[in-house]
Amino acid sequence: MNSATRFKRTSLIALSSAIALVIIGMIVNLVPAWHDVTWLRVLFDVSTLNFTLRATIPLALGAMAGILCERTGIINIGIEGMMLAGAFAGFVAKVATNDWPLMLSLMVGVLAAILAGGAMGYIHALFSIKFKMDQIISGTFLILLAGGLTAYLFNPDSVAAGKFSPIAIPVLSKIPVIGDVFFNNPPITYAALILVVVLQVALFHTKWGLRSRAAGEHPRAADTVGINVNFYRYMNTTMGGMVAGLAGGFLVLEAVGQFQEGMTAGRGFISLAAMIFGNWMPFGALGAATLFGYTQGVQNALLLAGVANIPRHFISMLPYMVTIIAVAGFVGRVRPPAAEGKVYETEGSD
Amino acid sequence: MNQKQIPELEVKHITKRFPGVVANDDVNLTLYKGEILALLGENGAGKSTLMNIVYGLYKPTEGEIYVGGQKVEMHNPKDAIALGIGMVHQHFQLVPVMTVAENVMLGAESVKNGLLDVKKAAHDIRELSHKYHLDVDPYAIVEDLPVGVQQRVEIIKTLYREAEILILDEPTAVLTPQEIEGLFEIMKLLRNQGKSIIFISHKLKEVLYISDRIVVLRGGKVVGETTPAKATQETLAAMMVGREVILTVDKAPARPGKVVLEIDKLEARSDLGEPALRGISLDVREGEILGVAGVQGNGQTELVEVITGLKKAEGGRVKIKGRDMTNASPRAITQKAESSHVPEDRHAYGMVSGYSVADNLVLNTYNLPPFAKGLTVNRPAIISHAEALIDEFDVRTPSPLTPGGSLSGGNQQKMVVAREFSRPIKLLIAAQPTRGIDVGSIEFIHKQIVSKRDEGVAVLLVSSELDEIMALSDRIAVMFKGEIIDIVPREEATRENIGLLMAGVKRGEKV
Repeated sequence: MNSATRFKRTSLIALSSAIALVIIGMIVNLVPAWHDVTWLRVLFDVSTLNFTLRATIPLALGAMAGILCERTGIINIGIEGMMLAGAFAGFVAKVATNDWPLMLSLMVGVLAAILAGGAMGYIHALFSIKFKMDQIISGTFLILLAGGLTAYLFNPDSVAAGKFSPIAIPVLSKIPVIGDVFFNNPPITYAALILVVVLQVALFHTKWGLRSRAAGEHPRAADTVGINVNFYRYMNTTMGGMVAGLAGGFLVLEAVGQFQEGMTAGRGFISLAAMIFGNWMPFGALGAATLFGYTQGVQNALLLAGVANIPRHFISMLPYMVTIIAVAGFVGRVRPPAAEGKVYETEGSD
Repeated sequence: MNQKQIPELEVKHITKRFPGVVANDDVNLTLYKGEILALLGENGAGKSTLMNIVYGLYKPTEGEIYVGGQKVEMHNPKDAIALGIGMVHQHFQLVPVMTVAENVMLGAESVKNGLLDVKKAAHDIRELSHKYHLDVDPYAIVEDLPVGVQQRVEIIKTLYREAEILILDEPTAVLTPQEIEGLFEIMKLLRNQGKSIIFISHKLKEVLYISDRIVVLRGGKVVGETTPAKATQETLAAMMVGREVILTVDKAPARPGKVVLEIDKLEARSDLGEPALRGISLDVREGEILGVAGVQGNGQTELVEVITGLKKAEGGRVKIKGRDMTNASPRAITQKAESSHVPEDRHAYGMVSGYSVADNLVLNTYNLPPFAKGLTVNRPAIISHAEALIDEFDVRTPSPLTPGGSLSGGNQQKMVVAREFSRPIKLLIAAQPTRGIDVGSIEFIHKQIVSKRDEGVAVLLVSSELDEIMALSDRIAVMFKGEIIDIVPREEATRENIGLLMAGVKRGEKV
């Protein structure tokens, strides 16, 4: 037993509803009689689930970025900005290397996205720790900076040639439904799913995780046993930025293939909601991100199916409505890291 | 003690200056193997600062530290831990949401295949528990544990790091009497197994009971060293405070006059909605102290809150100087009815931590001349008022503009008392006026309360310290389950009969 077993009810709700979704999807797609029922097909068809996963990945990565920062005590509302910076950097690097072999060019794009996000994360850490700036303001600053700068620097005439294509995993991709949904995806999707597992294990079962969480819960306690609290905060906030940058890279290099102004479209904020709903647990946040991703998948399926008796504006509202309800309904049951947002100073601070 | 033996720890000529304060001034201290050294001093005497230096949390401005005869430089607690120094802080340094094992291994993790080896840590914790009678479950979550057990976790944390020198900073402050006994047993066991302990305290009885040697700090300096055999509570108190301390209160017989506070069949509920006052009636006259005794949670808090206007009465009447003040506003009660209130929780009700001492001293009069000038405040008047009170009430603060929250507990309380006592008043309500403060400040506040009485003020004193009630009161009302079970004149009161009343046994009743 371990402290991971505590305060995870909402993360369990989120995770189990995501798993339930996959199971229902499997059944519906495998039972021909059910697959013929129109509304079931719209809600659970393989294409809906595929779209769900594609919508989930940036949210899950954004939530992981948030967890990395906030578990050590740095509030990060700037994920939106970090994502956008990553997306833009990835796009610029891709365009600049359009003549290179496609895979190499895309990898350069990914690297640029991660570095740009990491730089944003480092700036956030610097503002929050060294200059003791209010972390909400620093995060807001990052959002405005990324939004303004990318819009100013973006050249709408430039075109990125090509994007990541799916790689089928041998054997596994042959499993009905699950294989189609999970094992025939482009690389960043796989990387994101692996990252969630790695982060869950690392946070609760490694030295790094124990120290990071201590820094976010009770920094003085960590300090009195000789842990350099601010070192962990710098490191994790920068890593969080890198993960958010990767989410931006996903949008440009894997999902859309091009950059658009403000293309993150609030995903950074929905990631925050997923992080909160998932109670700052990687698995919980993935579950919550899936739930939010699913609403986008359904929205898409409904629009494609030509549902006409509901105005499409209401259907478009769906993801945001679900986010609001989830966060408003569960916010009292989650427990953020206790020292979140508080500057930690060592000598003579009391 | 064998004086030839190399000391475990030697502190030489340590001086620590903070902006505006010299916290330690040329302090020397020696600790030998297998002894309990008590470091005694009032709040703010520099005990915790000194120990934070020894533990590497603060850097000394001047001076040297030797461990096992070797001169050492410590830059952070990691260095101190490596030298075998462990510290149990006054405010526990445990992560509430983590397990005991996680807390103990934090910073000294055992790792297997890159993952935390919680099993090994739990095993080591069980061994330490067994060896030193420190009973804890390694898999319990810390926030579920009682304070006494959390303290054991802190001690295990130091032993897990193989500490030879243990610093216990005011370890008894948060414990119940039974837990204190348990702690002392553990301390003796640790000493007998060869550990050296520095025990920081300002409680004279405890220091005399447990320590082998006593070093007294005052104003950042070592002012004396003694042993329990040679010292008494009185001599220790005198060393600590720097003058004779009268541990009993000297007072003339009361000369009660007219009734000032009249309470009739008062009823109220607690914050949880339970009936807390069930028809309380009492009166307090000019020039007398009515002590309200009782085990905490029998309605004393609600009684004070209703009288001072902080809580609504649901039945009954409160009259002050003959005027009905039931459910009047706190301002009407303080200003129109000329009453004062020393609240039991000074942080929640007595002061604004972030405000300066000067502002804290006018919290209930800032709207009156001379402090108010039309719509603005009169700064110079507030400052000079503060300077006068700081002087009169001996509030130790670097300046009137220092935030109230940065003073020591005793000085914060003196600040509150200064504000409440310095106006012309007819009624004084003092709730737990000396909770958690040092001997010198207690003596001072007791004297102030008696002198208010002698000026003709009616005093209602609520305290859960029976010693304080016995020392100050002229009459003693005992509260039990929201009722006044009896009111006893001081001459007839003994610790025994008041103690029985506090337990709900009426006079003449068989136990």
